Amino acid sequence: MNAVLVMGVIGADCHSVGNKILDHAFSEAGFKVVNIGVLSSQEDFINAAIETGADAMLVSSLYGHGEMDCRGLKDKCVESGIEDILLYVGGNLVVGKQDWEDVKRRFFEMGFDRVYPPGTHPDTAIDDLTRDLRLNIVLKGGRTDGVYSAY
Amino acid sequence: MECILLIDFGSTYTKVTVVDRNNQRIVCSSKTRTTVETDIMLGYGKALAKVQAQMADAEYEVIDCLVCSSAAGGLRMVASGLVKQLTAEAARLVCLGSGAKMMGVFSQKLTSGDVTRIEALNPDIILLSGGTDGGNNECIIHNAKKVSGAIGHIPYVAAGNKNASDDLEAIFEENGVYYKTTDNVMPELNQIQIEPARDAIRKIFMEKIIEAKGLGEVKEKLSKEIIPTPMAVLRAAELLAGGTDRHKGWGPLLVIDIGGATTDVHSACDGYPTRPGAVMKGLVEPFLKRTVEGDLGMRVSAESLKESVGLMTLNELSGEPYEYIEERCSMLSGNIDMLADTEKEVSFDESLAAAAVKVAVDRHAGKIESVYTPLGTLFYQTGKDLSSVDTIIGTGGVLVHSKNPARILEHSLLEEAKSEWLRPTKSKFMVDGSYMLSAAGLLAERYPELSFKLMNDYLKEAGRNEDEPQERKMV
Ligand code: B12
Repeated sequence: MNAVLVMGVIGADCHSVGNKILDHAFSEAGFKVVNIGVLSSQEDFINAAIETGADAMLVSSLYGHGEMDCRGLKDKCVESGIEDILLYVGGNLVVGKQDWEDVKRRFFEMGFDRVYPPGTHPDTAIDDLTRDLRLNIVLKGGRTDGVYSAY
Repeated sequence: MECILLIDFGSTYTKVTVVDRNNQRIVCSSKTRTTVETDIMLGYGKALAKVQAQMADAEYEVIDCLVCSSAAGGLRMVASGLVKQLTAEAARLVCLGSGAKMMGVFSQKLTSGDVTRIEALNPDIILLSGGTDGGNNECIIHNAKKVSGAIGHIPYVAAGNKNASDDLEAIFEENGVYYKTTDNVMPELNQIQIEPARDAIRKIFMEKIIEAKGLGEVKEKLSKEIIPTPMAVLRAAELLAGGTDRHKGWGPLLVIDIGGATTDVHSACDGYPTRPGAVMKGLVEPFLKRTVEGDLGMRVSAESLKESVGLMTLNELSGEPYEYIEERCSMLSGNIDMLADTEKEVSFDESLAAAAVKVAVDRHAGKIESVYTPLGTLFYQTGKDLSSVDTIIGTGGVLVHSKNPARILEHSLLEEAKSEWLRPTKSKFMVDGSYMLSAAGLLAERYPELSFKLMNDYLKEAGRNEDEPQERKMV
């Protein structure tokens, strides 16, 4: 069994091309991808993660309203009993040219574990995820049923 | 004449229908009170004697006998899942699609309080689900331990995350309960899988429930296979919509059954979005869907119907003052055999039926939700869009006896003002005047051509009142 990822594009955002590419890249890398697609709400992400027992959530936002759409997602995860799930976000998170360090800080404060700038290659996130999932086992006791044997 | 005997042990009546296989027609039928409190075979014997008397001069041989039952409370079930809108909802739809009456639906981990409630509900079968395949298995394992540890006399069907099934079997064995494990009701996110769990439920119904409900002798003497009556109606709807090898079906359709205690709605259609800009969300509902409204009925549930739809709506529909509505509804709930005698009473019954149709179809249909976003309004569809439905078939006493059943059934259609419900937009109305749908459903598996032909001949376009079966063009 491979680690399970829930991925999708949050809010009223319908940019679907990057989502398909990420789905392909992560599936190729050996993850079980549950893709909830574009126009997904925070609740859609959380419900999907609960049923599928997901290890990580990959949130995309391309259309510039990422900050508004992502606010409160972590709190809802905690509230729903999946506080240990890894939260990644990427795409074109904000409108215009803003200081990236500042943008990153704001998303970290919202509770995301990794925040990616525009144009990030999927391999970067695949490496990070592999590392973070191992860490999750060590630090949080994680799952021990052979789930991560692929890594 | 080669005859097939079709028997429906209903909650109130036992119905026997005799079908002539070669000439493809209903020879005769009869009904008597169901006698489940004493001996179910007594009522059946009387009904049989009646048809035998009608056939006294005929030479015939009974070549098959098919049975369905909703006697002694029908099939009463409790379902549990993990997320309310996902596996718990999938489990609920599976139970309804198996012909069950829902006593309760639980989500997330069951508490001791939940278990006490389930015990009090005393269902015939408990369906456990939770987690997609490879997904969460904690919840269903917790629930199986909790509930089967406390309630040992009720059979279990486990249809959740397949990775949990070894653990579940061990738990059930240890607790010594009767169980079947089967394929997941939601193997992948948002994908509902009905058949395996439905088959497991049907098997337990035959192996365990039939006996417990005093129908053991029926099984021994009449037919090894007995299905819940609503399952027969669903089979009829499926066959009628889809057709047979030789005949094209009627296409997307709805069956509405207005009873004394409940109003059932069955749809046989895809339900994909048709509204411009609508985006599907959540669970993809099945082609064949059944819902049961326990608060909407003509007699036992007249009072709860009034509570649910409100005095104002009933006043608009019937033109009667509030006092009359209050009085009449409470009287009807207390007197379940009460007939409508005067013109005023009949008309009020029809208003109740119209209200039941309206609300029951709303609850069955999908819904469009508008979400306001920085980029304008988005439309999310959950459930089935019924706008492709162009045949609505009504059954139940109030429709069958009505002079104008189309006027009652019209309330299933979309009204402009309330357009978030995805109800049918325009439709032909048919009535099952000879109460033959469950009989046709019994025939559907073994004799599909015969079943289809009978439905074509005996279902009548609403509003007309001929005695002769109305011929439909067979394509
Ligand atoms: C094609 C496109 C559209 C198409 C989308 C069609 C479709 N079905 O996808 C249409 C015409 C519909 C469209 C509409 C709009 N668009 Co547009 N669109 C684009 C465009 C030109 C290309 C997007 C694309 O497909 N890129 C290719 C894919 C492969 O890249 P990607 O999406 O960025 O995804 C990759 C990475 O970002 C990364 N990634 C993404 N998510 C994540 C998550 C994680 C965790 C990780 C690790 C990585 C990661 O990996 C992906 C794969 O490599 C971009 C400009 C651009 N060149 O990027 C604008 C752009 C995204 N659009 C933009 C805007 C403003 C809009 C509109 C609001 C315009 C309007 N006013 O109507 C609407 C929004 C509609 C909506 N509801 O979403 C802006 C966003 C501005 C911002 N964020 O600051 C952009 C950047 C154009 C611009 N420079 O102004 N758009």
